[in-house]
Amino acid sequence: MSLTDPQVRHIAKLARIELADGQLERTRDALGSMLGLIEQLQAIDTTGVEPMAHATDLVLRLRDDAISETDHRSAYQAVAPAVENGLYLVPKVIE
Amino acid sequence: MDTVKQLSARLAAGDVSAVELAQDYLAKIQAANPALNAFVELNEAQTLSEARAADALRAEGRAGPLTGVPIAHKDIFCQTGWHARCGSKMLENFAAPYDAGLIERARAAGLVTLGRTNMDEFAMGSTNESSYYGVVHNPWQLDAVPGGSSGGSAAAVAAGIAPAASGTDTGGSIRQPAAFCGITGIKPTYGIVSRWGMIAYASSLDQGGPMAHTAEDCALLLNAFAGFDTRDATSLERAPEDYTRALDAPLAGLRIGVPKEFFGEGMSDDVRAAVDAALATFRTLGARTVEVSLPRSGYAVPAYYVIAPAEASSNLNRFDGVRYGYRAPEYRDLNDMYAKTRAQGFGEEVKRRILIGTYVLSHGYYDAYYLQAQRVRRLIADDYQVAFRDCDLILGPTTPTVAYGIGDKADDPLSMYLGDIYTTSVNLAGLPGMSIPCGFGAGGLPVGLQIVGNYFDEARMLGAAHRFQQATDWHLRTPPR
Repeated sequence: MSLTDPQVRHIAKLARIELADGQLERTRDALGSMLGLIEQLQAIDTTGVEPMAHATDLVLRLRDDAISETDHRSAYQAVAPAVENGLYLVPKVIE
Repeated sequence: MDTVKQLSARLAAGDVSAVELAQDYLAKIQAANPALNAFVELNEAQTLSEARAADALRAEGRAGPLTGVPIAHKDIFCQTGWHARCGSKMLENFAAPYDAGLIERARAAGLVTLGRTNMDEFAMGSTNESSYYGVVHNPWQLDAVPGGSSGGSAAAVAAGIAPAASGTDTGGSIRQPAAFCGITGIKPTYGIVSRWGMIAYASSLDQGGPMAHTAEDCALLLNAFAGFDTRDATSLERAPEDYTRALDAPLAGLRIGVPKEFFGEGMSDDVRAAVDAALATFRTLGARTVEVSLPRSGYAVPAYYVIAPAEASSNLNRFDGVRYGYRAPEYRDLNDMYAKTRAQGFGEEVKRRILIGTYVLSHGYYDAYYLQAQRVRRLIADDYQVAFRDCDLILGPTTPTVAYGIGDKADDPLSMYLGDIYTTSVNLAGLPGMSIPCGFGAGGLPVGLQIVGNYFDEARMLGAAHRFQQATDWHLRTPPR
């Protein structure tokens, strides 16, 4: 199974990973060979089998609605690429 | 070569201090690491301050069995005072502002951090070749891979420059490098060791665990690492266990299941001979071997390469150049910033897995790939439960071959993926698995024996491994210097 160039571009766009033109063919081939591997799964009859989303049958825990966290803002923002006045800086998105 | 158990006894007897031990190991690391590249970060001041604290605890009479014992931590665990680069350019400047659950527990046990070990980028790889910080060399043969993704941890222990290390295992990343480097490592039952602060690859499969020379050491370390953590939604709330409790249990009557599918095509003759000899040793020790079948195990690698990349594509969304990590120096707008940051910050293998994961989750393909893989996952897990009706533990090879040369599979990721044929099914099922050294194969490289137990059966696995190690000396062999 192989992907078309527009498909590869679409996936890269969804994943927010820039693909230079020179990388397109190589990426398409690499993804195609991975698809070849996972295509094998189509051979198994899984009619009536419940999908297994997790390693254990989880029951989500509930906790008391109480404050458990303290303020970590300055520690967490110390590792950010760009912050100002306690805010994360990104390029302008609204004109 | 010193085991954790031996170091613990020397510390308790006052023969050596934690500071002396740390200095001794740091000197060994300085001498050996340039050839191995097992450690990616050392911080002598930090190590010695932890060692002094351990000595102070001992002086106050508050030392536990591991207080002052040195350990290396995989660069995937957030740890204050250290970087957590996860093998990636993306996190080159990332110094975690908090401790991972496993790190907290290691600290509470008094373990002293020697440094941070190299790994495949974001734990995606079986050779350590995907690390941004360079490949790790196998101490047994420097031009061979150490395995991955916990390759730095495995190489450090094998070379004797750390007595023990932490690792993580998503599809074999503790067991496969343990096998390639001739050491012992255990991936516990999913949910036993906290994933809080452990940088996520595939959350439904990731599990941390110890790597050391012996099963006894792994049991001591698992006692420290395991435990409920409210901050990890999948952490299991269970009463604490003593994983050393069955170390001396006799093997008489133990039923060992040998899956016929693990001895088929693709398994090399040297691995087969060493594993067969190990099974014969277990029989000599009183265990009984029975053939079992895991009929769908051949689909574990394809199912893994749907589920793990799907989860990775979601988990790695967080690396967007906004809150931490790398940000591209030039961009037009916000979307361009994301796309360039991720294109420049991630390596090839990581991008491949994010892209394939994005594809299998995308509209029109979700049912055919992702849900089908999850259904196959259940069949694989069910096969194990059927097998465990006839046996207590399942034994077989950890890997189909011994370690191969650096670069041998670099251009053929698929052949590297297929090397995880015996390990991935264990993660998919959520079962505990370990690897212990059981001989040597081509080129004098170590062979690993995989032991798989049913859920929460770590103590029995560690006991069987310990008994084997009492009767053999593979785990005591050290690489040539």
